[in-house]
Amino acid sequence: MVEFYGQKLGSRLLMGTAMYPSPELLQKAVKASKAQIVTVSLRREAARQQSAQQQSGQGFWELIRELGVRVLPNTAGCKSVKEAITTAQMAREMFETAWIKLEVIANDDTLQPDLFGLVEAAQILSKDGFEVFPYTTEDLGAADRLLEAGCKLLMPWGAPIGSARGLNNPYALETMRNYFPDIPLVVDAGIGAPSHAAKAMEMGYDAVLLNTAIAKAGDPVIMAKAFAQAIDAGRAAFKAGLMEPRNMASPSTPVAGTPFFKLD
Amino acid sequence: MNIRLNGAPAQTGATTLEELIAMLGYHEDAKIATAVNGDFVPTAKRAEQKLIANDDVEILAPRQGG
Repeated sequence: MVEFYGQKLGSRLLMGTAMYPSPELLQKAVKASKAQIVTVSLRREAARQQSAQQQSGQGFWELIRELGVRVLPNTAGCKSVKEAITTAQMAREMFETAWIKLEVIANDDTLQPDLFGLVEAAQILSKDGFEVFPYTTEDLGAADRLLEAGCKLLMPWGAPIGSARGLNNPYALETMRNYFPDIPLVVDAGIGAPSHAAKAMEMGYDAVLLNTAIAKAGDPVIMAKAFAQAIDAGRAAFKAGLMEPRNMASPSTPVAGTPFFKLD
Repeated sequence: MNIRLNGAPAQTGATTLEELIAMLGYHEDAKIATAVNGDFVPTAKRAEQKLIANDDVEILAPRQGG
């Protein structure tokens, strides 16, 4: 079981809800994945859009409620501390949760976290009773400050959001895992294939958050299941104890009794 | 008077945020959240939030997200 802010969860796969071909496929994919947490956002909506139930926020909200999963609102698109704080406050009221996936974005091309803004916003929000899930990098200094600010878990990126590049800096992610052995760590962003998620879990990460890799797969429902299996496999492998890599070959078949073998 | 509504110029006769929401035609139970000039305005405070010219109003609803 993984635990986030006192909530124990059986699933180590957190799923995003964006970019699915249809609301029905989103629902099916979430069910197939057995994810217990989904991320959502808040966006502008005009009153007239409310009549088109499928597109509107109201219809989407009904769909999410039917899934019976825990909701993790995000501050996607926020580029300043102020924007992130106000969005978080709106999210807390709207979704009735203290959970917030905190994104403060520094750059439109890489969508990388603005670490300075992120730490400042995390401080303010934690003080105000939010339970912050910070989307961050592998920077250990920022990690220390986020934990000091009140965060009880960290969500470092694998690669830029939606890039499907996997774990760009596995060395740094391993280092981070070793530095914070007792903090729940979730790889969030840039995952493209189940093997990427499995690798993160084999490293000892506690969970993986992904969206695009499932939503943009040829068959999102089967891909959701594949990711769930990969995350299970990676976790089991980690618990089972992976063998250490070697530089040279070491025969697996016994050497003693090798036929046709001559000593001289 | 002129205000900004969800990033675009708008005209309204509403004097409070609550009035504005009603006049715009949002359903009574609509799942929306509001901010004025960058600050969150809780639902309970919408009636007392007076609108003045050039106020920047955001009305948000749940949406898909990663």
